[in-house]
Amino acid sequence: MDQYTLNLLIVGATFALYIGIAIWARAGSTSEFYAAGRGVHPVMNGMATGADWMSAASFISMAGLIAFGGYDTSAYLMGWTGGYVLLAMLLAPYLRKFGKFTVPEFIGDRFYSPTARLVAVVCLIVASVTYVIGQMTGVGVAFSRFLEVENSTGLYIGAGIVFMYAVLGGMKGITYTQVAQYVVLIIAYTIPAVFISLQLTGNPIPGLGLFSNDVATGQPLLSTLEGLVTDLGFKSYLSQSDTTLNMVLFTASLMIGTAGLPHVIVRFFTVPKVADARSSAGWALVFIALLYLTAPAVAAMARLNLINTFHPNGVGEATLTLAEIEAGVDAQGKDITWVNNWAKTGLLKFDDKNGDGMIQYVGDKDANELTVNNDIMVLANPEIANLPGWVIALVAAGGLAAALSTAAGLLLAISSAISHDLIKGAINPKISERGELLAARISMGVAIAVATYLGLNPPGFAAQTVALAFGLAAASLFPAILMGIFSKRINNTGAVAGMLAGLLVTVVYIFLHKGWFFIPDTNSFTDADPLLLSIKSTSFGAVGAIVNFVVAYVVSNATEEPPVEIQELVESIRVPKGAGAATGH
Amino acid sequence: MADKSSSNAYWAANIRLIRVLLIVWGLVSFGFGILLRPMLSGVGVGGTDLGFWFAQQGSILVFLVLIFVYAARMNKLDREHGVEE
Repeated sequence: MDQYTLNLLIVGATFALYIGIAIWARAGSTSEFYAAGRGVHPVMNGMATGADWMSAASFISMAGLIAFGGYDTSAYLMGWTGGYVLLAMLLAPYLRKFGKFTVPEFIGDRFYSPTARLVAVVCLIVASVTYVIGQMTGVGVAFSRFLEVENSTGLYIGAGIVFMYAVLGGMKGITYTQVAQYVVLIIAYTIPAVFISLQLTGNPIPGLGLFSNDVATGQPLLSTLEGLVTDLGFKSYLSQSDTTLNMVLFTASLMIGTAGLPHVIVRFFTVPKVADARSSAGWALVFIALLYLTAPAVAAMARLNLINTFHPNGVGEATLTLAEIEAGVDAQGKDITWVNNWAKTGLLKFDDKNGDGMIQYVGDKDANELTVNNDIMVLANPEIANLPGWVIALVAAGGLAAALSTAAGLLLAISSAISHDLIKGAINPKISERGELLAARISMGVAIAVATYLGLNPPGFAAQTVALAFGLAAASLFPAILMGIFSKRINNTGAVAGMLAGLLVTVVYIFLHKGWFFIPDTNSFTDADPLLLSIKSTSFGAVGAIVNFVVAYVVSNATEEPPVEIQELVESIRVPKGAGAATGH
Repeated sequence: MADKSSSNAYWAANIRLIRVLLIVWGLVSFGFGILLRPMLSGVGVGGTDLGFWFAQQGSILVFLVLIFVYAARMNKLDREHGVEE
């Protein structure tokens, strides 16, 4: 069976599974549509959260980022996992106790202010829409690469599948498909990693292999790699080249941003009890850690494989020749057909600048003849390790599962903000349950259409807006929710002023460095030479959060205390017992 | 609130627990992983130093332990104060 048929079969089988789940898990009420009827087992919810959170970026791009960035990129590993500690202790259990459906609804009720709710809706929609564009383009790319269809056709198929289970089943359908998608993506990620770890270190667990000896040299894998990258003139893999200040703030921004992203928070509304929300955050991190502990191993091993492929005789000796690449076999008789295969996709490019018939892969930009896209570190892994065709097909299905599951979670957050916070909350509070369910389904359909359109015509700034999504979540939503739970003194004026101040400084700081509204050449600074000390625009979310806290505190203390019933509401969300009874809601 | 003083004691105990766990959270990530890495450079782990291990692996493992410790301690606290669901 050829590779194309295998890809089609395995991806087709996973899609049939998702559609089957869609038909089984239809939503009959708004509670099922927004919160899966609050009947999801905490371990299942943890698994769904894993798929919800791990996007195309985590699955396809992160290992490549680490492979070429080394120690500095540890910020991604710590930041994108450390946020779950904050979620488990500071947000999830209390929001579950509050017992409503959306993040803006909590902010609006706690700060007894429709303005606060509206600000939260705006932040949610901007953060989620920017995030969903990346997922939709990821779906198109995965389809076109593995199934040889047009990018746009792939996007329509992906959107069609999401439409089926998201519109029919809402959160209920999305939850159970995310569980299936988690299983697909973790198997797809782990299998090639296990084989590569076995080949290089003899250890079947990649996370342990990373700190084991390289069987070829008998030296620790990481010291072998460090020796090679420094000999070839690349930046060190093990030492720090970013400033400590920026690395700390970047890690903090990713942590706070993770905890503040609405599509992750709402997942914890689906479990039956407050205690389940706490343990479910732990399960979510277990399932995320399975990938995040493997990613740095994939990164170091793939980088080592890449260097060894192009320097088969060691540093300073003859490198891989064009003739060998053409033939698919190197001087030692090793199969290297993957180089030619991936050169065709444009993700790997070589150019024999000095005309010596060999490709030099070195740190010096003028002498280097090889450019490698980050994504190749995961996508080409099965071929580099000479694994069978079904593993390659599995990686295709895994990439699609990661992109589709995150897209669905984001789309749900967007559509419930529209149907629940805008339509029921502001425009027509008297809407019936059936009317609201219909509105939720229509909003979901519209959100999918808009996301598909943006995926087909991605704005040029799509890649940079991830900083914006995390910045907004970190600077506006996270501090507002946190203060709403842990302080009885923060009032409506303080919360709105804090959110707007945090939002404003963060957005302005990003625009100053990335261009106003991301229009090229309108920036006054660059991340290489930033406005404040060494703080890059991607690391500014944490500073925005501090601004939010300070402004909210000062303004609240200068204005009136919140009314007694709001203070009682805060008292009641702090204890698990008696859902909503104490406040008379 | 039926029993305000018990509820206040419950909340104070929760805050104490969160404070201790978040200190550990910050120590393993921002501390051992970044700021204190030079101090740990003498301790070797598989071709690199302990700080690198904490930054790429150790902190994630500690985060996992922290959440489950929090969940277990809070379940106990919920029962002691009679506020469990």
